[in-house]
Amino acid sequence: MIYLDNAATTRPKPPGVTQAVLEAMEGFGNCGRGTHADALSAARTVYAVRAKIASLLGGPAPDRVCFTINATQALNTALYGLLGPADHAIATDWDHNSVLRPLYRLRAAGTEVDFVPADRQGRLDYEAFERLLRPNTKVVVCTHGSNLTGNVLDVERVGAFCRDHGLLFVLDASQTAGPFPIDMERQHIDVVCFTGHKSLLGPQGTGGLCVGTGVEIRPLLVGGTGVHSYSETQPMDYPTRLEAGTLNSHGLAGLSAALDYGAEVGWDTIRRHEAGLSRRFYEAVRDIPGVTVYGDWSAPERAPIVSLNIDGMDSGEVSDELSQRFGIATRPGAHCAPRLHRALGTTERGAVRFSWCWASTEEETDEAARAVAVLAREAR
Amino acid sequence: MREKTEKCVVTFPTTSASMAMEAACREENVPGRLIPVPRAISAGCGMCWAAPKECRSTLEELVIRRKLMIDGIYAILL
Repeated sequence: MIYLDNAATTRPKPPGVTQAVLEAMEGFGNCGRGTHADALSAARTVYAVRAKIASLLGGPAPDRVCFTINATQALNTALYGLLGPADHAIATDWDHNSVLRPLYRLRAAGTEVDFVPADRQGRLDYEAFERLLRPNTKVVVCTHGSNLTGNVLDVERVGAFCRDHGLLFVLDASQTAGPFPIDMERQHIDVVCFTGHKSLLGPQGTGGLCVGTGVEIRPLLVGGTGVHSYSETQPMDYPTRLEAGTLNSHGLAGLSAALDYGAEVGWDTIRRHEAGLSRRFYEAVRDIPGVTVYGDWSAPERAPIVSLNIDGMDSGEVSDELSQRFGIATRPGAHCAPRLHRALGTTERGAVRFSWCWASTEEETDEAARAVAVLAREAR
Repeated sequence: MREKTEKCVVTFPTTSASMAMEAACREENVPGRLIPVPRAISAGCGMCWAAPKECRSTLEELVIRRKLMIDGIYAILL
């Protein structure tokens, strides 16, 4: 199998990740629920991951890193915890349903929401941020790297806009955390939401949000915390404030190993490797008759994603042919990004998404390009 | 039964804060260990840092210098 579905979840995981999860499952007690050796092993590992994430994202401190089961829960936590019926939020056409659906539900309860539009190439209209600004605008939420086109947000520009207008900036870094530099302080980001199993190369079931200084998020979930047991309300100190119930310390042990791998190899090296392969693939397929590639390829930095269609074929058919005949794993259809599909004109067909990771090779990339050429020729 | 001696006990609002204290003490060779919070103390976190009583001023200085989050510092027989 040539695995090019890394935007859905990276595979394989780096060396050490599986072993770390296994050892955690065999050795960990419950983090924060006692002081025996096994409970403290879990607590120390979880704390170490907080420190690594805070350092990676330029967050204020380890205790501002709150863990969830994925980016969706992190984004729900941030959006429900910051917005109310009197508030206005600005999002973008790039956003994933993990942002859109919470916003639509909030909108039904009174929150006002506007979207920065994308054009036919998926380029955002950055001038629209100013136009959409209202007196009650409180939050700007943006996807850092589009999971459909791979285009990357101008974080500095949006961060400066938020700083100038006193707005809270929530960044969805599901496709970018790790390989793409993020510095919450320098880029004026108030909350970074991340998942562990995509660009961070860790296990599924891990994720979280890094919360900036002075940002007060109401808890989405309340429950057992191991602290303040007799209080009727959720403790308000971070990270406990946003962490009800047992943490996935097994998964976080794996994420810790993945973060160590990224630091050892160098996240910049990983980003350049992935970007080189996706660009190589793009160059090989863009001129094949009948192939349409989506997104803005003039952008210097892109997430390692190429989405395309072949004339005369449904995207699901292409993906299935790639899987069954060529042993290549991709994702077809709609990619939980309905507004961007509308902008690109792919609402009906969806698109076939190819996505790379640290372990992908040139040979695999070339094989995938040859397979696309074969299918396009057969479809003519 | 182990003989009780006076200890300096530091309590925390969160497990994360107790981990930060343990890491700081390990780095600076300050003695002590994490134990369950004694019933005599009301604290948020279920674990506390217990150290010899003569470490109190060292711990207080450490807490201030490293901006560690704590609930309180107690002298207690353990």
